[in-house]
Amino acid sequence: MESVKPILEFKKTCVSYTKQTMAVKYVSAAIERNTITAIMGPSGCGKSTLLRAVNLMHNLYPNIRVDGEILLNNENILSMEPIDVRRRVGMVFQRPAPFPTMSIYDNVLSGYTLNGIRLSRNQKEETVEHCLQSVALWDEVKDVLNKKGTFLSGGQQQRLCIARALAMKPDVLLMDEPTSALDPIATAHIEELMQDLQKEVTILIVTHNMGQAMRISSKSMFMYLGELVEYGNTKDLFSNPKDERTKAYLTGKMG
Amino acid sequence: MDKLKIRNRLAKDKALLWTVCLLATLTAVPLFAILGEVFIRGYNQLSWSFFTEPTPTAYRVMKAIEAGTPIPGGIANGIIGTMLMLGMAVIFAIPIGILCGVFLAENAKNRYAQIVSYLTDLLQGTPSVIIGIVTYIWVVVPMKGYSAIAGSIALFIMMLPLIIRSTEETLKILPSSLKEAGLALGGNRARVMLKVQIPAAFGGIFTGVLLAISRVIGETAPLMFTALGCSFVRFSIDKPISAVPLLIWEFFNDPYLQELIWGASLFLLLFVLILNLTAKYLAKKWNQ
Repeated sequence: MESVKPILEFKKTCVSYTKQTMAVKYVSAAIERNTITAIMGPSGCGKSTLLRAVNLMHNLYPNIRVDGEILLNNENILSMEPIDVRRRVGMVFQRPAPFPTMSIYDNVLSGYTLNGIRLSRNQKEETVEHCLQSVALWDEVKDVLNKKGTFLSGGQQQRLCIARALAMKPDVLLMDEPTSALDPIATAHIEELMQDLQKEVTILIVTHNMGQAMRISSKSMFMYLGELVEYGNTKDLFSNPKDERTKAYLTGKMG
Repeated sequence: MDKLKIRNRLAKDKALLWTVCLLATLTAVPLFAILGEVFIRGYNQLSWSFFTEPTPTAYRVMKAIEAGTPIPGGIANGIIGTMLMLGMAVIFAIPIGILCGVFLAENAKNRYAQIVSYLTDLLQGTPSVIIGIVTYIWVVVPMKGYSAIAGSIALFIMMLPLIIRSTEETLKILPSSLKEAGLALGGNRARVMLKVQIPAAFGGIFTGVLLAISRVIGETAPLMFTALGCSFVRFSIDKPISAVPLLIWEFFNDPYLQELIWGASLFLLLFVLILNLTAKYLAKKWNQ
């Protein structure tokens, strides 16, 4: 396993909201290509903060500092242009956020619109069909592509958001608790979908749900108070946690 | 014992409900009284010629009085003037107001933006007569004459804070996830604003524009200093021009023309009413 070149690598990554406190402390970890890595931990442990550092979301807020290195294909993200990074690193948010004024069709293509990239009609149709098919939404919406994205159910909206991110052909897909606002059936759909998607894209997912982490991920991180406590194969981490804090969390004594 | 308590509470609840309903009705009374008064006095003056003919000349008025027929003429000059000045003001106020609102919403913590925001509030509270006299000094004096341009500048200044504020407020209440989702797809800030945030806020911004129009359409004082008035239909923007509220004032001062006051008032009132209802309807429709 050591020989596989990582696609994403955290090197002493720190994120701080104020000068005194660090939300993420010296996290170092290498993420392998075409895997699903789950980031777990109690509320406020910095897992979302770490995730949002990868696509430079913190740049929007001038008070937040990100230090250390985050390497995407051996290139330090922190010194790249946010626009370039975000094209290669897609993100799905906790609450489905399809653009309310755009149709389903336009939502899938919104990445291109927002980047000012023009596509021919054929390319557009192909992209829309391919992306909606890869999130298993095509059969449900192919007759209503002109309706607004917000007309769909919560689970469908979230799949639309995944399709929208996939349309840009990202290397890495960040998911910030993507199923926490969804019902169990929609959640199951999305989990199934992620299994298929890992052939195309490397997924980094923040989740509150330990069961979900166990079901879908091959690698897991456990974070506590901003530190990366444990990182390893999901099976090992769940069956034989090395750190006391991980054990406490997994057995429900903490968090 | 318990039953008595519950009955007591229910009675209190009912009493409060009735008080609230009564007070709400009381506040609506002046509104309906005004609407009723203007409608009853004005509606028999409304006719086709009222909208197509300008203010009658003194000669026509004398003739009509001699013959015992109703006062002829209408408010066409005022309607044209109002539309012309409003149109010019809106064309400049919309882009400038929206851009300024975008700036304020996007840089809420910026010191300069906070100052601008405060000044916008101040401008909104400035008495319209002061805006009129200042525009007179700035525009009428250097141009050596009253004009539609001067009038529209006064209206523009009055509309600006309303459009800025409504744009800013609407953008601020959009969920931040929308902006983040746009940026996460690799869009730059300008594109995300143009393609995602402004379309999502369109309902609120448009409502703000309509309310700004209905707010200034009845302004009289600033136009007295700037547009002055004109008794015939005119389309040139560098000459004095009439406006509906100016006409109401003129009719009031002319003993022979007082019959026309109520028709003009009714027109203005209906126009504002329709604008407001449209704004409400669009805002509702957009939010669905």
